[in-house]
Amino acid sequence: MNYVLDFTPVLDGLPDLLVGCLGTLLLALGGMAIAIVIGIGGVVLRDSRYKAVRWAVKGFVELIRNTPFLVQIYFIYFALPLAGMRLDPTPTAILALGINGGAYAIEIIRGGVQSISRGQVEAGLALGLHKGLVFRLIVLKPALRAVFPSLASQFILLTLTTSVASAISAFELTSVAQRIESESFRSFEVFGTITLLYLGISWLMMSFFSTISARFFSYPVK
Amino acid sequence: MTKHAVLAGAATTEPMIVMAAVEKWYGGFRALADINLTVRRGERIVLCGPSGSGKSTLIRCINHLEAYQKGEIRVGGTRLGDDGRSIEAVRREVGMVFQHFNLFPHMTVLENCMLAPMRALKLGRREAEATARGLLERVRILEQADKYPAQLSGGQQQRVAIARALCMRPSVMLFDEPTSALDPEMVKEVLDTMIALAGEGMTMICVTHEMGFARQVADRVIFMAEGSIVEEAPPDTFFTQPRHERTRKFLGEILRPH
Repeated sequence: MNYVLDFTPVLDGLPDLLVGCLGTLLLALGGMAIAIVIGIGGVVLRDSRYKAVRWAVKGFVELIRNTPFLVQIYFIYFALPLAGMRLDPTPTAILALGINGGAYAIEIIRGGVQSISRGQVEAGLALGLHKGLVFRLIVLKPALRAVFPSLASQFILLTLTTSVASAISAFELTSVAQRIESESFRSFEVFGTITLLYLGISWLMMSFFSTISARFFSYPVK
Repeated sequence: MTKHAVLAGAATTEPMIVMAAVEKWYGGFRALADINLTVRRGERIVLCGPSGSGKSTLIRCINHLEAYQKGEIRVGGTRLGDDGRSIEAVRREVGMVFQHFNLFPHMTVLENCMLAPMRALKLGRREAEATARGLLERVRILEQADKYPAQLSGGQQQRVAIARALCMRPSVMLFDEPTSALDPEMVKEVLDTMIALAGEGMTMICVTHEMGFARQVADRVIFMAEGSIVEEAPPDTFFTQPRHERTRKFLGEILRPH
């Protein structure tokens, strides 16, 4: 068993791999953007005055959190055309990641909203602000601050989950790696390299999140 | 002190708040029973009573932080119903100061004061800021305008909360145990602010156990127990000749030298 390392295919494919990294970042950032919108919107609807709406949100969260992401992304990819919507693999992947991340974000942000004292809401109402404004201007930011670490780690997970999108051949790092591997059979070298690249992407995301935290959530608390 | 001596009689005859046969239930528990109360414009009321007697609930009904089930509440010309329109109209007329200040932690002092005027009254930024600075000056805390609530002491936070409520130019101010959460050395600065406000003719209802404050500024002291108004009288009469046994017992408890 003498395995001789040969990084030539990796080096030749490096430009492609780096572009693949950008693809991964695009999927991750797009997915996060959708997830945060679903997360905040879901929290609002979760407290809707209409029972049907509350149950719809609950059902959505249950469905997404208790089924595999791979199945979800296949379902969206193959079911949407039946409903007359044809999306390319990459937009489909962004949508699937957003929906999946959104379900988790709903639960996380909800925890943050519940951590805000009733007195904050009452102060806003007593000042003549209506419920929607109280949520948007008074509750939301401290709630997001309270759960930001959980939200950030959920979004790191979302970033890494982008590799599943290779199953529908969306453009991202893992699919680039699979192509190079199938042309060169240098599995160890290729997947070893992208392991490190994913690590770098995660670190990049983490520093992105600490920048956001420092920018928006740095107000002093007791 | 002479300034406050002229306070008595500042109230007009115009009714500002009218509560008629108001009842409030929490499930099977009656929190307010047959509350009849008229507060005239410029009048200063102190509400006291043992804990659980319904005094906070009463003032929280006035700005509909609590819904009531029977009777009627009128503030200014507005009948307070269950509809958002009358509730918001009343809330714009009525300022409230809470026991735990409830300043918004993610906004500076100035932003706390500008938020509602800009969003609820649709004032421009410049006008809202001028109002806010003026009122922060009045509660003598303008120099802290750019700080965050967590950077202030309790007494300072409560003065900001008073300024924030005043920025809406309310006709009535409700105080819900404004000094109860404060360290003793900070009580005075908040009371002084409230006394000054009373001196300017503000209509005020204060839930408080600060009997010195009641003596100094109240036109009427109202004593509540078990959700009902037991006794009401001008402070002189209230403290020296309480009519009801329940009142005497309460005064005995809180005025007892420590």
